[in-house]
Amino acid sequence: MTTATVGKHDRHRLVEKLKTVNWKGIAGGLAVAAIPLAFISIFFLYPVGSIVWRGLAPDGTIDIGPIKRVVTDPDLRQIAWFTLWQAAVSTVATLLIAMPGAYVLSHYKFRGRSLIRAAVTIPLILPTVVVGVAFLSLAGPGGAMGVNLKGTIWIILIAHMFYNYAVVVRTVGGLWGHLDPRLEEAARALGANRFQAFRRVTLPLLRPAIGAAASIVFLFSFTSFGVILILGGARRVTLEVEIYRQTAELLNLPVAAALAVTQLLGVFLILTLYSRYQNKRSVTLNLRPSSEVEKRPVHLGQKLVLAANLLLMAGLLFVPLAVLVKRSLTTEQGLGFGYYTRLSDPGASSVLAVAPTEALKNSLTFALIAALIALFVGGLAASIVGYKKSRTTQWFDALLMLPLGTSAVTVGFGFLIALDSGILDLRSKTIIIPLAHALVALPFVIRVMVPIIQSIDNNLRESAAVLGASPIRVWREIDLPIVAKAGLVGAGFAAAVSLGEFGATAFIVRPNITTLPVAIFRLLSRPGAVNFGMAMAMSVVLMVVTGLVMLGVEHFRAGDVGTF
Amino acid sequence: MRRNLVILATLALVAAACSSDDNGSTESGPDQVAETTGDTSDTGDSVPAEPPESEVTEPAASSDVTLTLVTNDAFSGVAYLLDPFTAETGIEVDLIAGGDAGSLVNQAILTKDNPLGDVIYGFDNTFLSRVLENDIATPYESPASSVIPAEIQLDPTFTVTAVDFGDVCINYDKIWFADNGLAVPETLQDLIKPEYDGLLTVQNPATSSPGMAFMLATVSEFGEDGWLDYWSGLADNDVDVVSGWDEAYFTSFSGAGSGGPRPLVVSYASSPPAEIVFAETPIDEVTTGVMEASCFRQVEYIAILQGTEFEAEAQSLIDWWLSDAMQAELPLNYFVFPVNPDTAIPDVFLDNTIVPESPHTLDPEVIAENREQWLDEWTSTVLR
Repeated sequence: MTTATVGKHDRHRLVEKLKTVNWKGIAGGLAVAAIPLAFISIFFLYPVGSIVWRGLAPDGTIDIGPIKRVVTDPDLRQIAWFTLWQAAVSTVATLLIAMPGAYVLSHYKFRGRSLIRAAVTIPLILPTVVVGVAFLSLAGPGGAMGVNLKGTIWIILIAHMFYNYAVVVRTVGGLWGHLDPRLEEAARALGANRFQAFRRVTLPLLRPAIGAAASIVFLFSFTSFGVILILGGARRVTLEVEIYRQTAELLNLPVAAALAVTQLLGVFLILTLYSRYQNKRSVTLNLRPSSEVEKRPVHLGQKLVLAANLLLMAGLLFVPLAVLVKRSLTTEQGLGFGYYTRLSDPGASSVLAVAPTEALKNSLTFALIAALIALFVGGLAASIVGYKKSRTTQWFDALLMLPLGTSAVTVGFGFLIALDSGILDLRSKTIIIPLAHALVALPFVIRVMVPIIQSIDNNLRESAAVLGASPIRVWREIDLPIVAKAGLVGAGFAAAVSLGEFGATAFIVRPNITTLPVAIFRLLSRPGAVNFGMAMAMSVVLMVVTGLVMLGVEHFRAGDVGTF
Repeated sequence: MRRNLVILATLALVAAACSSDDNGSTESGPDQVAETTGDTSDTGDSVPAEPPESEVTEPAASSDVTLTLVTNDAFSGVAYLLDPFTAETGIEVDLIAGGDAGSLVNQAILTKDNPLGDVIYGFDNTFLSRVLENDIATPYESPASSVIPAEIQLDPTFTVTAVDFGDVCINYDKIWFADNGLAVPETLQDLIKPEYDGLLTVQNPATSSPGMAFMLATVSEFGEDGWLDYWSGLADNDVDVVSGWDEAYFTSFSGAGSGGPRPLVVSYASSPPAEIVFAETPIDEVTTGVMEASCFRQVEYIAILQGTEFEAEAQSLIDWWLSDAMQAELPLNYFVFPVNPDTAIPDVFLDNTIVPESPHTLDPEVIAENREQWLDEWTSTVLR
């Protein structure tokens, strides 16, 4: 009798317990996670795993020889150390220089602000060989500035700042522009000076966004390739450069694989640390419409801050861009549009294999597809990472960031041997190009969206759930309106990543489809004044197109204001 | 756009299903091909798992065949050169490209069991041994190949076929040397003399194919015992090492592009004619010259990849590549010499280049054996 009662009681308790588990929530979470997980597994883990496995275990059993060599070889250790410290210093330097920029662009209303916000993103898409031309003609041997920085750490740092300025401005500015200004005002009223109020109130609130920006800048610099090769001179070698040399030139897969594992472990460790720190720090915020935050600079001090930052942007970002514009206009007959007319001349197609308009169309199509894929996959991933703080989501988060921190050659050669059969035989399919772009763009989308999602008050979601809304409905009604704008910023980044084809996309075997960066490379692979001039003109076209895309994103953003 | 997302989602699901079967094994390629080849037959370029049919011997006239040509970035820019082939034979040629000559060969080796395409073109004699040793190509001795000089063809088995060649040579800026009243260096030895201090830019042989060729030229000139001493001399003479050709030529070299500081650069013997063809306003005389003693001979090869389904069509592509029609187009479009000595070469090309009488060469096997060691030694001598 008694046993039966106990059993019944236990069963009852279990049933009660099961009732309290939010099965719908878990199922919904898994369903949402499935797509990003599948995406990252197929287009990253499987290819990279394949090439690393082929290198480490050519006969099916792991040979630890190469790993030992990588760990003990003083040259390779030095390369790993240089890779790490230059990335860390680049990250700190970029944050220091771009934080004030993030502030003024998110807080001050002034004429031409949208234009500048769009323009700061342009460096992100420029091929390193073109940036190399600009930087070396300013600060290379015989450069216009009179100092030769080539081969020094300084020009590497400046180039990394040049590329990543927009990452900080957009990621941090996106949150900063919506922080309740009354918080800092309250601190000031309680006797804090301006610096104290910033350090004790604003800075902690911005931490998620700063961390997000820092992680992207770090990964970008950690896997820096073209900047190191062209500006760093032949003596400076990063893991990325060494993996390229071992894979693409020497076909020494065991050493390349051991280096790739080192790179992956390092990146994963740093990302996990970052993500744990991030989760401890993030707090729910009462985000305000940007109209409550923005103001016109009225005091002299504010005007000076704005002017100083605009001057800095001009020096860091716009001078190198101006050098390219000037080059594209410098013809033998003086300044003129000669190279641009040539681009529209049918004869030009024979140099480029296709008409320049075709290359432009290809670039824009890929950018659109890549942005949509990245937004779709990244949006789902961000809603999981931002929604639930747990060890699992930390891992998930770090996993999705990995493509940005992995050697482009490893990914490219991984695609080659893994995505080679059946429906996944993508090697000669056009879709491989936007897919690869989306893979690298994903971290940008997630990093822009997560801080915003994390700042949403969970009580809102819970109330909605209590009122009977399904998880999808909760997401649609509570999260979506708020994250839509962040999503747009993310999509803008994704489009820029695709337009510039940087990172992991450079070494992917692909069908012969000419995009703007490909056309630029092609022009620069042949002697002749016309080829050089047209390459410069085409770079300016790429800059203008990117600027217009970003302006479009700004426009959409403006249309969205006031939803929260 | 929605369609693409649907495709993506479908891809994801299918792949998830596939990968759950084989649990991360990397050797699962062929099984998957067997399972799903039927689904992709409409694209025409998926690679079947079956071995090539040996009885395919009739001349290709089939108009519905598409050959996949695996090539380097440089040739992708002049893919239009293949249009007459398609017009003549009805065979379409799709290009896939994935980097420079080294990447090209390595990619072909890695995908040996499931080839990327039917024909590979664009690797040079410095990678010849790697291609032959790894057994990725099927021999074919084209009837047209009898015209190829033996010292160019190099491979008597015709596993690969030489189709064009050129020379990597130091280019000099004629105007700079005239303005500075300095004689143009004539020998490699000259370059380590004090008067040529700080004048030369080379590419890093670890990241650049002309850089590699020039390094091999010095091995050929000074021998395995002397070439590193020579490079110590160059390093003492402030040789500038950059990562790639474009940077060296357009940024560092004073004779081109944005006008860099150095009047000597490693480039090609065909760069001066290219300067004329791509001049902004027509010019009579080019302002750059070629230093003959520095030249290293680069031969480019084509080969049929093992496992192709379209061997006959691939053979006809090689025949056509050796035909006068294609060979005559090479100089002014791709800036290389045809391997057929009888092909007429345009004057503008011949008048502005040189054909070195005895360019530097090295046995491809010797290159293959020593490549990595020489690179390491070069790096420790020049960069450390």
